[in-house]
Parts: sequence; structure tokens; C-alpha cells
Amino acid sequence: STTTGDSVNMATNSIHWFRKGLRLHDNPALQEAVCGADTVRCVYFLDPWFSGSSNLGVNRWRFLLQCLDDLDSNLRKLNSRLFVIRGQPANVFPRLFKEWEISRLTFEYDSEPFGKERDAAIKKLAMEAGVEVVVKISHTLYNLDRIIELNGGQPPLTYKRFQTLISRMDPPEMPVETLSNTIMGCCVTPVSEDHGDKYGVPSLEELALFFNLHYLDSGFDIEGLPSAVWPGGETEALTRIERHLERKAWVANFERPRMNANSLLASPTGLSPYLRFGCLSCRLFYFKLTDLYRKVKKNSTPPLSLYGQLLWREFFYTAATTNPRFDKMEGNPICVRIPWDKNLEALAKWAEAKTGFPWIDAIMTQLRQEGWIHHLARHAVACFLTRGDLWISWEEGMKVFEALLLDADWSVNAGSWMWLSCSSFFQQFFHCYCPVGFGRCTDPNGDFIRRYLPILRGFPAKYIYDPWNAPDSVQAAAKCIIGVHYPKPMVNHAEASRLNIERMKQIYQQLSRYRGLGLLASVPSTHNGNGNGMSYSPGEQQSGTNTPSEYNFFPLHLRL
Amino acid sequence: MKRLSRDCEDSTSSCEGPTDSCKRARQPAEDPGDLLSNWARRLQEILLHIFQYLPLLDRAFASQVCRGWNEAFHMPELWRCFEFELNQPASSYLKATHPDLIKQIIKRHSNHLQYVSFKVDSSTESAEAACDILSQLVNCSLKTLGLISTARPSFMELPKSHFISALTVVFVNSKSLSSLKIDDTPVDDPSLKVLVANNSDTLKLLKMSSCPHVSPAGILCVADQCHGLRELALNYHLLSDELLLALSSEKHVHLEHLRIDVVSENPGQQFHTIKKSSWDAMVRHSPKFNLVMYFFLYEDEFGPFFRDEIPVTHLYFGRSVSKEVLGRVGMNCPRLVELVVCANGLRPLDEELIRIAERCQHLSAIGLGECEVSCSAFVEFVKMCGRRLSQLSIMEEVLIPDHKYSLDEIHWEVSKHLGRVWFPDMMPTW
Repeated sequence: STTTGDSVNMATNSIHWFRKGLRLHDNPALQEAVCGADTVRCVYFLDPWFSGSSNLGVNRWRFLLQCLDDLDSNLRKLNSRLFVIRGQPANVFPRLFKEWEISRLTFEYDSEPFGKERDAAIKKLAMEAGVEVVVKISHTLYNLDRIIELNGGQPPLTYKRFQTLISRMDPPEMPVETLSNTIMGCCVTPVSEDHGDKYGVPSLEELALFFNLHYLDSGFDIEGLPSAVWPGGETEALTRIERHLERKAWVANFERPRMNANSLLASPTGLSPYLRFGCLSCRLFYFKLTDLYRKVKKNSTPPLSLYGQLLWREFFYTAATTNPRFDKMEGNPICVRIPWDKNLEALAKWAEAKTGFPWIDAIMTQLRQEGWIHHLARHAVACFLTRGDLWISWEEGMKVFEALLLDADWSVNAGSWMWLSCSSFFQQFFHCYCPVGFGRCTDPNGDFIRRYLPILRGFPAKYIYDPWNAPDSVQAAAKCIIGVHYPKPMVNHAEASRLNIERMKQIYQQLSRYRGLGLLASVPSTHNGNGNGMSYSPGEQQSGTNTPSEYNFFPLHLRL
Repeated sequence: MKRLSRDCEDSTSSCEGPTDSCKRARQPAEDPGDLLSNWARRLQEILLHIFQYLPLLDRAFASQVCRGWNEAFHMPELWRCFEFELNQPASSYLKATHPDLIKQIIKRHSNHLQYVSFKVDSSTESAEAACDILSQLVNCSLKTLGLISTARPSFMELPKSHFISALTVVFVNSKSLSSLKIDDTPVDDPSLKVLVANNSDTLKLLKMSSCPHVSPAGILCVADQCHGLRELALNYHLLSDELLLALSSEKHVHLEHLRIDVVSENPGQQFHTIKKSSWDAMVRHSPKFNLVMYFFLYEDEFGPFFRDEIPVTHLYFGRSVSKEVLGRVGMNCPRLVELVVCANGLRPLDEELIRIAERCQHLSAIGLGECEVSCSAFVEFVKMCGRRLSQLSIMEEVLIPDHKYSLDEIHWEVSKHLGRVWFPDMMPTW
């Protein structure tokens, strides 16, 4: 309570601020908003102009809007509503605190550096307005700061080190109950007549119109937009997780599934976008997996590999949380400085599925059309863009994924790109995914190609991965002349990979001060088990040091 | 201090050692005037010593402090090595060496330069700038020259004659080139002749992978004349029996490293064979030499390779290589130290790996990408190799669990036999 002279029983009016965590199940912060409060209002800020969001593709926007719609509809069942606020939190909160006489603000903890900064500013505003702030961790399995603490103050930089630390910690906290009428108790949400106009969830059409009117680069066309392959929302997420677990139980096999052509297609049990937006609680998923495993395998302890998907996510969140430059090469202490090429034309060909390599183009087409691609497909296109073929910066690839990929959030996206481009995390760089061979192994018949690149339908399996090698007669029969109806391959893969592996080797040898001939030994390993405190400091590479020191390029005659 | 004295042992040292300057200081008593000048000299030496540890930018700032420091900055010893970084904002994220600095170096220090490299980005402009500088290095006596493309090979975009004339300035003027790194450049046979004519006594290292204008005859000329050549890197099309015999001739020093890139230009390309007797001659002449081979071929182009015993020590397959070829590797590469396989396909390599463990007794490093090996065979392989395996880089997907071992169990088994904690390489999953 802030003012004197008012009645002793001050009303507790709460705001729950949705950012991620777009769900009513396992939402401890939301529970705190409701607990003992007289009123609660759930808000979501939508600002299409906001930096970063202007880049997002239509699938991202649609997914988000569907999540918000779903939240709104589930809140309605509890006689509440979602309040979608147009604007930025720092600008709008002071007004809302006053207008709604807010005494409590709750939100789910956001571990990302930008999020922490934003939240610190909001906390300050709230304090100034006499508003109590309650923050709860529920977007990650663990308290990430605790992991860092256990690792001597640094985030672990190898997945194995991360797993070791996790295995020493207490298991994640149990998910809390779903918000219900019982839990709401006497807490109500004042909803005005014009709620829909003021605070309603915009439709995709409205948003598209808004973008087009304001000539933002990101204007998207929703005419003839096919229905979402990945429908957003908590309801969909909860249906999927049941399906996901059913399938696992039926297979009774928790091993890594063998990759086949079907794996490349969107699955009705896929969960990654829902985890990213928080429609599905990672803790709920964790415990349901554990329960199922124990049931099927008769109470034995689940191996860490069972939670692979969740732990990778957690790993990248942990690596990123204390590093505001995690998404950059320059000034990022964990990122190797690689002399990537700046080539807008080549980048555009990759982004727009015009590389002339059907495997790459089909994947990028699926990505743009649907918003999800299999993780091996991600490896393939990321390798092709960066260290494999085009030698373009991983930051560019990351930006494209940010726009198109439904499950790409800041930490996981940047971390994965650094990983796949061998820019960090002690990755060996020798394995280069062949843009022809890798796809052929996965889907020998080429059905995936035909599905997403209909122009190549007429090619037989023999040539569908490298149609430029097909004789003229085959191309004519397929009604697709390479170079006319479909582009020629934009690089010679053998030559490009030869060049690039040489580049990577030079860079790593300079870094690790390794003077031998081995390819594998160029990359320093972490036998110290710390997974941090690297034997080299990639972020400290200096250009043109010109000191006659050991790790300089000279003298040449001592290494090849 | 430690570093300096090590440099002094090295014949290419670019600075005095502390013992030298101390010796100079221990001289009979002098009058005050001389004493002062001795102190001044020693101060310069100390400054030089300190400046050598400073990165260039910091040194440049320091040089602005006073005249004395400015003089120290320009001492010849500090200008023996230089790496010119030539980047354009449109094609690179990295900064370039400042053009004013480049001018200064050419004006004041070109005759001090001994170890020079050029790092250029993918723009033709950068390659031209490099050539421009090269053409001005008339007073230089370079020991080392490196032309390095950090992205796409922009030297290849230049008019050949322009590049050659710039390069030959260095060849003609240096006369004591010891190391030359000219991969991905349009160097040709005549320019190699010029190199040889002026530097045959001193040339120790020549790296020229992917120089399409050089012919086998051109490189043979180098091998014939440069008897001190210890390290050579080139493409397979330049390799010939004659070359190997020339490198094994009595007049020749022991070769230390030979690096060969085998790259396919077009699918179904035919490659020539090298006689076993030529390799044998190499091994007889230089028993400790390392043969590094990088293959970038289609699967069906391996016909001529690994039919006979070959003394390869470091082998990299940058594209998919068949089970059959890996079988031949096991049979014919007894000196193998490192084997790295990018991809193989989806048939287990169990037998092939076991054979490699048996027959490649020097194998200490192995890397497997998209391959498949059953867990049991893998454990067997590691058991046979034991602790000599210092590098074991296996992608997680390679290991296929079987009745004996699951994925979670295998790393214990392997760690046991290796004598250290080991895990396969992992890739993020979503």
C-alpha cells in the first residue's frame, strides 16, 4: 500500500505480464499474481515496430497470434481475458500502474541478457510506483545461475560438462497446477465493454494491413496462405505432448530414432515451437517423460539422453545468459573470429532457396513455408552457408532463421549457429555435410525434394540431388532445364569445401598454437573437464599483431 | 625473457637476446659521456624488447609519446615481420591495415622486411592492393612470403600477367626466399623458373595447392634445382613419378612434409597413378617424411588410389568415401598416423576399422563423420589401438547400439581402454 488516508483494506490488483510462458499450466508467476489478489489482468505487449520483430516472417506472427488467441479463449473459461497492449512495456506500464491501481506485477523469469536488462528497468519503474514485483523461473528446467555457480562462475562450454553439472544438481522443480476457477478463488478480471477494441488480439489480416500500410520491409502477403502446419497455442501443445508420449510408449524405445525420409516432414508430435513460446512447460514435459520411462522400463533411472531436446535448450540458455554479445562474432569472448565473406547475393540465394542444390533448396523452402525443419536439415543448410560452402557469416544465417523458424529464440538460435559453423564450443570442423550426398542417404528416392520443389518432380532418383549432372535428354523429359527452369549449382562443392577446410585449419592452428600436421589436433579439447577456461581465447584474437611470437604465422618453415 | 632466448637459437631470429645486450654492457669503465650514451643505447634495447610484445596498435600509440619512443618504434628489428591485412568493408567484417601505415612501411621499412604475409578477402581490390605492395618491395630481401586468401581466392580474379609481374619482383630481389606460400594464385611455370633461378639455394618450403597454371614440368624444375626443399604442398595433378624421384635424389635433403590435395574437377575424372617404386624411393631417402593427403573426390573416382602400398601418414576424405576404399586403406597404409573420414554411407565399417587397427600400428588420430560403426566393433577397435589414440573424434550418430553396448554404456568402455574420459562428438538437437 502506498497512500495514506485510504481504507486499511487496500485492494490488491495484479498484472501478470506474458512474454514467453504463454500458458496457464505450470505458470508459478501467474499463480502469484492471482494468489490473494482482488483483481488480475494478464497483459501481452505487441509492438510491430520493435527492433527485431520487424524481421519476422508470417509464420512467426501467425503462431504468436494463435498463442494469444488460445490464451484469451482459455482465460475466458475462467471469466478472465487477455489484454493485448499495443506499445512498449517501459512506456505503457507507468500508465497502467496508475489506471488500474496496480500493487503487484508478476512475470516469468527471462534469462536472456536483453530480457534481464528490460526487466531490471521495469522493476525500477514498478518500485517507483510502489508495485511489488514477483518473478518466477519456469521457462527453464533449472535456475541457470545455479549451474553457472556450480561451474566456478562461468557457463559450461561443452555439452558434456553441462550434463555433468546437471547430474549433480537436484532434479527440476515439479510443475505447478494449471490455473483454475478454484485457484482463482475470489480474484476477478474487470473486463470493459470495449475490451475487444482496446485490448483484443489482432488478427493476422489486421497485422498484415498494418505492416503494408507502414511500408515496413517485412510486409507479408497472406493471400492464399495455406493453413498453419504448426498451429500455435497451449491447447494444441497439450494435445501434442499426449500424442508424443503415446508414440514413445507404443514404440517402447527411448533410443535415438533412426533417421528416414519421413523424419524430415513436420510431425504432429513435434514440440519445439511450443517449448520456445512457452505454450508447453519444459518442466511438464520433463516429468511426463520421466514418468513414462519409469512405467515402461519398470522404474529404472532414466538416462540424461532421454531429455536430449530439453537439455540442449537449457545448455544454450545457460551459455547465453551472461553474454550480451552471444549473438555476435565481434566482441564475443566465446566466439572464434573467422574471416567470413560478405556476399549479399550469395546469401540471398541461400535464403530464397535458389542455390541450385535441390537438397538445400528443398529444406529452405520447407522452412519458409512451414516454419520448421528437422535438426539434421538445419545442420545441412547451416554448414552449407558457413564453413561448408559459401563461407558466409553465421550471424546472417541466424537472422534468416530468426525470421522463419518457429522455435528459434535468441539463445538457442545463436548458440546453434555458432556450434554448426564451428565458431565455438570446441567443435571439430572436419565433417562437412555434402549438399548432394547427405540428402541422398537420408531420402534416396528424393520424395522430400519433389514435395517442396515441384519443378524437379520429373527427375529420377538417380539425378534428383544433382540434376545438373543429368543428361540433356533426362532434363528435357523432366521438363526442367538446369540453368533455365532451375538454377545451376552456385558453387563447386569439392572446390569450396577444400578451400574452406583449409581456412578453418589455418584459423584453428593459429588459435591453438598447434604446429603439427594433424587436422583433429588443431582444435583444442578440454581435458581439464572444466568446459570453460579455454586454453586459448578466441575472442582475443587480434588482427595484425606483428609480434614475432610463437603463434604468429611465421616462421613458415616450421609448419606446413 | 624465455621467448627471446629461444628465438636467438633459431637462425631466423629477428632480435637480439638478453645475453648479447648484457655482454655489451659489461665493458671496461668509461668516461661519463660514454656512460651516458651507453645508458641511452641500453634504454633503446629495453624499449625494443618491450615493444616486441606489444600489438601493433599499442606500439603505434606508444610511438607518439616522445621522440625516443618514436625512434624505438622505427627500429628495424620491429619491422622484420609484417602481416598486411587487405579487406574491403563491402566484402569483409574485419579491419584492414591502415593505408597510411602501409605507405610508411614501404617508405621507411621495406628493406627491413623479412617475413611478410598478405591476408586478402574475396574482393579483387584487395588482391590488387597486395600486388601493388609486392611490386614496391624492391629493396627487400624476404625470407618468407605468404599470400593468403581468407575467403574466396581473389588472386585468381586478377589478370595473370599483373600478378606474375608483382610476384617476380620479390623473386628477383629477395634471392634468399626460404618459405613461400602461394596457394590459390595464378602462378605459372615461367615464374617458378624465376623463383628457382634466384632462390634455389635457400628455398625450404613451398606451398602451392590449387595453382592451376602450373604444370608437372614446372614443379619438377623446382624439385630438380631446389635441393634444400623440405616441405612441399601441391595438387595431385602436379605429382609425378619424376617429381618423387627428383625429391629422393642424393643431392636432395630429407623431405619432411609432402601435402597433396586430390580434387575432382568434373565427375568421373580419371586420375593418373604413381608407381609404388617412386614412393619406395621417397621412403628410402626420407624415412621420416610425412605424407599428407586430402581427397575431395566422388566415390567412383578412387579407382587408381590405394591399390598398392603408399606411405601416407595423414589422410582426410572430404567427401563420401566407400567402404571398399577404406578397406584398401587398411591394407595399404602401414604408416598411417591420422585418418579423418567426413562421410561414408550407411553400411557399418566394422571390418574396415578392425583391419585399420591391426595394420596401421602408428595410428594415433581418427575422426569419423557421417559413418556407421557398431558399438561392439568400435570398442574392439579402441581396445586394439589402446592408448596410442590421442585423438578420437567420433560423431555421436556414428555409433550404432547393439546387443552388447548401448550408447550410454559405450563411453565408459572406450574411456577405460583409452585411459582418459571420452565422449563422442555431439550435435544439438531440437
